[in-house]
Amino acid sequence: MTMPFGYASPEQQVRDKSEYARKGIARGRSVVVITYADGILFVAENPSATLHKISEIYDRIAFAAVGKYNEFENLRTAGIRLMDSRGYMYDRRDVTSRALANAYAQTLGAIFTESVKPYEVEIVVAEVGRSSDDDQIYRLTFDGSIADERGFVAIGGASDQVTTSLKEHHRDGQPLADALRVAVQALTVSVPPGLPQNGERVLTEANLEVGMLDRSRARRQFKRITGNALAELLAQTATSS
Amino acid sequence: MADPMGGAGRLPAVFMTPGTSSFTDFLSQSAPHLLPGAQSGLPGPVTEVAHGTTIVAVTFPGGVIMAGDRRATQGHMIAQRDVEKVHHADDFSCVGYAGTAGVGAELIRLFQVELEHYEKIEGATLSLDAKANRLAAMVKGNLPMALQGLAVVPLFAGYDPDMDAGRIFSYDIAAAKSEERTYESIGSGSVFAKGSLKKLYRADQTQADTVRIAVEALYDAADDDSATGGPDTIRRLYPIVAAVTSDGYRRYGDDEVEPVVTAIIADRSTSAGG
Repeated sequence: MTMPFGYASPEQQVRDKSEYARKGIARGRSVVVITYADGILFVAENPSATLHKISEIYDRIAFAAVGKYNEFENLRTAGIRLMDSRGYMYDRRDVTSRALANAYAQTLGAIFTESVKPYEVEIVVAEVGRSSDDDQIYRLTFDGSIADERGFVAIGGASDQVTTSLKEHHRDGQPLADALRVAVQALTVSVPPGLPQNGERVLTEANLEVGMLDRSRARRQFKRITGNALAELLAQTATSS
Repeated sequence: MADPMGGAGRLPAVFMTPGTSSFTDFLSQSAPHLLPGAQSGLPGPVTEVAHGTTIVAVTFPGGVIMAGDRRATQGHMIAQRDVEKVHHADDFSCVGYAGTAGVGAELIRLFQVELEHYEKIEGATLSLDAKANRLAAMVKGNLPMALQGLAVVPLFAGYDPDMDAGRIFSYDIAAAKSEERTYESIGSGSVFAKGSLKKLYRADQTQADTVRIAVEALYDAADDDSATGGPDTIRRLYPIVAAVTSDGYRRYGDDEVEPVVTAIIADRSTSAGG
């Protein structure tokens, strides 16, 4: 059989697209999602105070992403639209992170297969349960793969290094300050390309984006921690270590 | 409509299209039949449906109180004794309705999602005027239904941080919006409630005084309007009272409203005119 000019086998195409997406994601800084006693904590290294990587989706559900901003912003908006539609059509209690993770997986999978350029994003969808046993964390990658994570997950550039640090220090049922310390420590260990070596980088309230799903809150359980509140919490982590 | 996902497959294009931060606009594209007022073209006027009655809103320095009676009527019958017509709209506003109960409840539910949706997409809240304008658009969407007898009008009140004051917005069925800086009432008992408030309102009253005159205005409305329910001391059903101040929305518990109602009844029972 003669091959048409420019033919690439499906294996080759998938390999090329994966490599392309991975390279894009590796350029970005990491995001850590980690459980603590009263909920789930989201910590991102993000110098921008307005272009968020962490977002509320619904009462008990939040979203974190790394990669290309316009692409994950598109997915974030779609997620809020989908969950608000479902909540309006059924009931607030019927809105689940599993449905959202499935929708994202289907969408990312279809974009990866059908488009020339895959989305260069990695996403976490998390839902806080009534108790820590019911907490759910899903990690979604650019090709629509989905993984159910327990306790913690890191996405983005140096996620392997960050995960190693998290694995070592994460404790189930740890207080909020401990979870934040573990997350910040893990993010500091990683060295995003083009940045100074380990130890010279200090993560403060100015370059951290922190949010949490707090199961003790009424109805909308997502809360952003910014400014002085974040500075105070970071100061607490220093004393708790 | 089936589930928005329609089973398997990627999210439909309407979800992924950048643009609107309005849930109502989004719904009008993705599932227009879910919007209130979508079922226009009913065979004739509809009359035998439940109606909610009287709502009052009263400002005081730094905030606003909204209160509503608990009755829904259907013709000459009492359809429900414990209906709730004053609702949380978002953290700094509340909304109540008078008119067709089914349409009113749906309108408020959509309005709540509209405000929350904008907040989540934009990461910022709408100004109080913008919220009032969004509500006007929804009332306007209901006009065909209103002309067929399913009329509903909302009363909207909130705290405006730019002015450090409570503000009240009322609407007619054609969505003409008007702002009141003192007090306002809607529904069948509103004439009597406004008459009561005209005599009781003071510009410098405290929050507690304001709760008292709002509940008293409902008492006066119930006294003269058969469709407005007075405090039901036997079943312990009292008006719904909500406050919005710089601390946000707060609904009063029955244990807080009960002493207010008891005091009003005690005062009124000593007056010859009731």
